[in-house]
Amino acid sequence: MIELQSLTKIYDGVTVVDDVSLTINSGEIATIVGTSGSGKTTLLRMINRLVQPSSGRILIDGEETSSIPAYELRRRIGYAIQGHGLFPHRSVGRNIGTVPRLLGWKQARIAARVDELLDLFGLEPGEFRDRMPHELSGGQQQRVGVARALAAGPNILLMDEPFGALDPIIRAKAQDDLLAIQRRIGTTIVLVTHDMNEAISLGHNIAVMDQGRLLQFAPPADIIARPGTPFVEALIGSEDRPFRMLALQRVRDLIEKGPASGPAIDAWANARAAYAELLWSGREAAPVQEGGAPVGRITRAALQSQAEKPV
Amino acid sequence: MSARPSLFSRLPDKLGVLIAALVAVGTMLPLALLRANRIVPGEALPIWQALPAFQAGILIVALLICVIASIWLRVPGLRLGGAIGGVAILLVLMGQAGGYLTPAGNDLARVSPAAGFWLLLFALSLTVTDALAKMKLRPIWRILGVLLAGVGLLLLLGSGQWDDLSVLREYQVRSAAFWREAERHLLLAFGSLSAAVLIGVPLGVACFRVPRLKSAVLNLLNIVQTVPSIAVFGLLIAPLAWIAATIPGAARIGVSGIGAAPAMVALFAYSLLPVVSNTVIGLENVPGRIRDAAFGMGMTRRQAFMAVEVPLAFPVILTGIRIVLVQNIGLATIAGLIGGGGFGVFVFQGMGQTATDLILLGALPTVILATASAVLLDAVVEISESSATRTMRA
Repeated sequence: MIELQSLTKIYDGVTVVDDVSLTINSGEIATIVGTSGSGKTTLLRMINRLVQPSSGRILIDGEETSSIPAYELRRRIGYAIQGHGLFPHRSVGRNIGTVPRLLGWKQARIAARVDELLDLFGLEPGEFRDRMPHELSGGQQQRVGVARALAAGPNILLMDEPFGALDPIIRAKAQDDLLAIQRRIGTTIVLVTHDMNEAISLGHNIAVMDQGRLLQFAPPADIIARPGTPFVEALIGSEDRPFRMLALQRVRDLIEKGPASGPAIDAWANARAAYAELLWSGREAAPVQEGGAPVGRITRAALQSQAEKPV
Repeated sequence: MSARPSLFSRLPDKLGVLIAALVAVGTMLPLALLRANRIVPGEALPIWQALPAFQAGILIVALLICVIASIWLRVPGLRLGGAIGGVAILLVLMGQAGGYLTPAGNDLARVSPAAGFWLLLFALSLTVTDALAKMKLRPIWRILGVLLAGVGLLLLLGSGQWDDLSVLREYQVRSAAFWREAERHLLLAFGSLSAAVLIGVPLGVACFRVPRLKSAVLNLLNIVQTVPSIAVFGLLIAPLAWIAATIPGAARIGVSGIGAAPAMVALFAYSLLPVVSNTVIGLENVPGRIRDAAFGMGMTRRQAFMAVEVPLAFPVILTGIRIVLVQNIGLATIAGLIGGGGFGVFVFQGMGQTATDLILLGALPTVILATASAVLLDAVVEISESSATRTMRA
């Protein structure tokens, strides 16, 4: 659990983070979203003390972070940044092994951990371990950056626009991979982004920031249905609200019995994609399949009811 | 027209045409200068008078082949081979001219290379450099090339081919002095470089850390760099003489107003700017996100410096060292003027005696040393860059 209590940061008389308090539960993903200059990156960097708070305190699992030397604190917290920040003069394996080496792990243990992480991120260890960062594609570099952040098995992972440098297709894939890995290893993640879609699709809770202040900290459905301020509402965009609500749901939760014709929709697809497919193909209903087996159908009416403002 | 790839290009090479023109002029100009003794003006002799007919023929045919190769031959490797062969033949036959022209038993007569020889050597070297640039050789091959050229030079001089030429006549009468001054020259160049690295790199790191120090130090060093070298020697005479006279033991370790001490101090002062500024620039060029990642991973300041900043800044620092070394090998010549020794001694003696050969005895080794150092260190810089900075630029 990460508790931020009345955090404030003042640079040369300018308040960049203004009295922010919030609590992130263990195993959850919190996304911090805001425009540039909103103070979201500064807030993130105060958690691992790359930025020293002007006032306020941070507790991790009840322990005050200012009581630990900064470099020791950082070795316990994963850190991944935009453009990955890989060390260009070190191989992929040496990059991933950075924190374990700082912690004084044995060589054999580091090597085993590096291979394990490469596997986890879908990079064949024999092929990628000894490559240099410049020999990788952008998507591969980004994965190595996250693998490096997770190397010492931290309970907390801080990510600053980790997908910012990726093109949209690789980006969507990287987001899915991150969710899958997070579900597997249960790390608490704090992720900064300027992209509301990314914040909604990744976060259990979303913190919306503007001009250094925290405007709202709530689950995605709440943020969409009950935006706390006009600024949050503008960030959501009134035209997109129903579709953002749909995007939060999976088809498998809306399945009903009955016949339907045409190509099937996967049960794990999100409801927005299913609605788009029904509109495009002019169908009222479509069959749903899970793992290739038919499991029922999804109807336009069921989808539409999910797109309404919740009461 | 055949579709088969040809060794020859259809259009003449532009640089090749220029080289051909240089060679043509060089062939017309005198190859050798024959003088009754080392000071009097002499008789300039073209190729066909400076060499026996057969050897003159060989040289002209060889030059013709080189010209054709550099104009029409497409493969850089063959052009390189041709030009190196041309240089070798030119050098050996120049030595032959020495023996051919010197009257038997005459120790006073001097044969020296004349304008034609230098122009031909320049034209052929141009072909060599151009071919090497086009071949984009790996650094390790370039290092090997310099070593081979050195061996070639030693073979040429060791074989006695050039013993009848004036430069080596000058060498023969002062060979002990030559090696003494060579040692001194290297000591001045490398000693001042080592001192500049030992002091300049830490100073550069300090400048990088403390921005206010940086502007002060770099401005001061910039001013030092603009003071003419002779003026520096002059300015140093009084303070160093004072130190030698006042501080006990200073004179005993060689400090004095003239001699090696002021030369060393001046070379050191000139060396500082490139070393310090390249250290600062190298460190400043380490991308912020990489430094950020280093601290974010939990490196201490010292760990981030040693493991990330230094390796990434290293190629730039090395470039500064390369600049200083080449500069110092040249500048150390000036030390001859104030009794500091080095190859400059021969240059200034030669100027005093209007003996061109003696000037060459000082100037040629300086040029050869500086060129070799430049090529060697460029190769080393490239090797160090290949791993460190490629992604930084991307």
